[in-house]
Amino acid sequence: MLQRLPVMLFAAAMAAIPFIPTMPPFWIVLLDNIGLSALVAMGLVLLTGVGGLTSFGQAAFCGFGAYTTAVLTTAYGLSPWLTLPLALLVSGIAAVGLGLITVRLSGHYLPLGTIAWGLGLFYLFSKLGFLGRNDGISGIPPLAIGQLKMIDPGTIYFAIWIAVVLCALLTMNLLDSRTGRAIRALRRGHVAAEAFGIHTPRAKLLVFIYAAVLAGLSGWLYAHFQRAANPTPFGAQAGIEYLFVAVVGGAGYVWGSVLGAAVVVVLKEILQSYLPLLFHGEGQLETIVFGILLVVLLQIAPTGMWPWLTALLPFKRKRKRPDVSLTLPRRPSTAARDGALLQIDNARKQFGGVIAVNDVSFDVLPREIVALIGPNGAGKSTTFNLITGVLAATSGTISVLGKKLDNPAPQEVTKLGISRTFQHVKLVPDMTVLENVAIGAHLRGHAGALASMFRLDRADEAKLLAEAARQIERVGLAEHIDAPAGSLSLGQQRIVEIARALSADPMLLLLDEPAAGLRHLEKQQLARLLRELRNSGMSVLLVEHDMGFVMGLADRVVVLDFGTRIAEGPPEAIKTNPEVIRAYLGAVA
Amino acid sequence: MADSRGAPVLNTTIMLFLLQDGITNGAIYALLGLALVLVFAVTRVILIPQGEFVTYGALTYATLSSGQVPGTARLAVAMGIVAFVFELFAARRSLRLALLGRAFAIDVLLPLGVMALTYELAGRPHPIAVYIALSLAIVGTIGLFLYRIAFQPIAHASVLVLLIAAVGCHLALQGFGLLFFGAEGQRGPALSNAAFTIEPLRFTGQSIAVYATTLALIAGLWLFFGFTLYGKALRATAVNRLGARLVGIRTALSGQIAFLLASVIGAVSGILIVPITTLYYDTGFLIGLKGFVAAIIGGLVSYPLTAIAALLVGIVEAFSSFYASNFKEVIVFTLIIPVLLLRSLAAPAVEEEKD
Repeated sequence: MLQRLPVMLFAAAMAAIPFIPTMPPFWIVLLDNIGLSALVAMGLVLLTGVGGLTSFGQAAFCGFGAYTTAVLTTAYGLSPWLTLPLALLVSGIAAVGLGLITVRLSGHYLPLGTIAWGLGLFYLFSKLGFLGRNDGISGIPPLAIGQLKMIDPGTIYFAIWIAVVLCALLTMNLLDSRTGRAIRALRRGHVAAEAFGIHTPRAKLLVFIYAAVLAGLSGWLYAHFQRAANPTPFGAQAGIEYLFVAVVGGAGYVWGSVLGAAVVVVLKEILQSYLPLLFHGEGQLETIVFGILLVVLLQIAPTGMWPWLTALLPFKRKRKRPDVSLTLPRRPSTAARDGALLQIDNARKQFGGVIAVNDVSFDVLPREIVALIGPNGAGKSTTFNLITGVLAATSGTISVLGKKLDNPAPQEVTKLGISRTFQHVKLVPDMTVLENVAIGAHLRGHAGALASMFRLDRADEAKLLAEAARQIERVGLAEHIDAPAGSLSLGQQRIVEIARALSADPMLLLLDEPAAGLRHLEKQQLARLLRELRNSGMSVLLVEHDMGFVMGLADRVVVLDFGTRIAEGPPEAIKTNPEVIRAYLGAVA
Repeated sequence: MADSRGAPVLNTTIMLFLLQDGITNGAIYALLGLALVLVFAVTRVILIPQGEFVTYGALTYATLSSGQVPGTARLAVAMGIVAFVFELFAARRSLRLALLGRAFAIDVLLPLGVMALTYELAGRPHPIAVYIALSLAIVGTIGLFLYRIAFQPIAHASVLVLLIAAVGCHLALQGFGLLFFGAEGQRGPALSNAAFTIEPLRFTGQSIAVYATTLALIAGLWLFFGFTLYGKALRATAVNRLGARLVGIRTALSGQIAFLLASVIGAVSGILIVPITTLYYDTGFLIGLKGFVAAIIGGLVSYPLTAIAALLVGIVEAFSSFYASNFKEVIVFTLIIPVLLLRSLAAPAVEEEKD
């Protein structure tokens, strides 16, 4: 609980504010608005800042929440408390529908799509008869607990801020968990995440729904705060403003949403009340200043105010060390197995007219280090991608433990016990080494999003982190365990990738140029580690350019050239093979 | 158009009429869609303020024709001065006279000259062509300076950051629009009052002008990108910024040209429609967004697909305003959903991380 002390202090301070006797009521209204805006922005933090999915349409989800309660309480006389779950449900279901369509869009299509359906929904709200068209619905009953009716801004204040603090806690819990790591990995593209069993479309849909439910909650509160709902606050402009709030506060930080909401709401208030005095002008001067400030802010502080503020704090947050005595169940050892772990039989990959991999066959036996070498463009990485399911083979078969794989998803391959590293490092740079490595153990944990939010995942989580910490220790990076992965040298990041792959408890490790960027001593350490892994029963298939490294380490070498296997054998034989020498050095002089 | 019970009945005449209306609007959306694709391809900015270029062009033209000086002329000067300061700051370590002179001429003298001309000409009637030229000059310089001020300093930022900056520009420009033109709508004089009838349709000179201009601009863009050095430089920037820089293309200049073209295209569209429909300071946003729908359908990459999609948007809009005028906007904007759906179902390519 000590970890949550700042939150508790914040909650206590917020609870005390209405009791300050000289507090102007108007400030309470502002605080109410800040809370409502912060809730929506919090969803955006998760969706946009953490998950990398930009949505301009969040205001529409507020609309779903607000109109659900508005209709049900006025037309059907339901109690507001009864409409709360329904409002959240309606927003959530709307998110499922829109999310299934939109979250699979990559890059800029997503924000564009959200603008479009955000506008469409706004016009729908303003045209539908049972939603009161442009006039909306008024006469919504206030929230009430027994005789206490939350009519004035000072009482509904508590409902709003309890919601904000609770949601912030739940969101922080979610981010600091197995599911949270999956969400945080989304921003770096789907290939690395999927290589460790994360179902990226599902993770994207999850954050999309989560953000929509938070917006729906805000809309529900708004409807009972204003006691009316009309389309204007749920239009495109509002959707843009919520994104603005998140960016101002710091789109990657849960509390950035509260800070951003405070800054934007107060700023707007000041602009609206003082600008006309300064300029005697009519019109929306505040939108002009607002727009200009937004551009200025992006130019000087694109990551927002929260990280800038926390950097000023004199003390740093301490991280808890995982308890390494906890263990996860392991895969049955394949060390004593006869027959190959991996068999590649006439695998072929064509990109249009280019044959990247030309009917290549080889296999990997238990307790064996096999090196795949060849000049640039020989098809080594493509072969890796075929094995790991990133690419589908044009023809040929790939079998694991004697079972033929039929164009499996990357998530399926890792379940079979094959895990990999990447030629171009794919870590999440702003996550710590420990968190990055724990992604490798994703499939060995079971806690879902809800369990994580309510902290029911701690036993599961402790085991995952323990496993990750053990693997970091094993590869010799224990001193960097809490450093952001992006702060390590490229060579060290490659080693972190190995630790991540090891966390998946593989029987076969696929390493794509693991020694690139390492210094001589580090290479020796890596070679020692790989031998140790082999001796403990694991097999390794590696692509490497450093011949000294490969020849001293591999049990067997497979040579590719222009997509074709030209040689295979023990290192000694490969070194003197005339075909190989020709491929590397050109025609014999 | 509707029988006694209010249900609309479609006959051939009405259908042709709706088709004509749709094609006229679609042509405008096509222009805007093309501009959006152009700007996105070259700068990765999703140009939300495109709609403001439309309103600025239209209302500047309308204001000029009514004999007054539009506020946009002053805005261009102010933005030019800011742009010049940015230029000075960016070049503070290597201030060369030639560079300074060039920047001063474009950023300060040019908009000042246009403003002086505007004041000089105001109050007396002139041929429409003069108003059009002035409007295009004013809006074009605003577009150019907008890139210099808002986007050039963050040209390497992610698409998201650029998008939010674009939203900021939209808010500011729309606010200025209200300040300059007021909340009331305006109409401008038609380019031509000629009209002829091919039964049952009546063609006005204005609608012919819309078609002709759209076709001419599309052909012009095609020639520009296919056959000029600058056009090729822009295409190179679109494909690979770093590569373009390495072969000596100034990507900042490419961005400025893209914005200049986009703002001029926007202003042309505005001038073309302001004689047909009343435009308000905030109408542009919606018109721009419809161009945007077309651009999305075109996948933000293909000019011909965007143009076809824009015609489709215009026609759908015309027919839905006939059948369900209340839900016109809903229908137009949800048109995107099936397109997005198709794109989702098509297998996504192996993506590499972007940032």
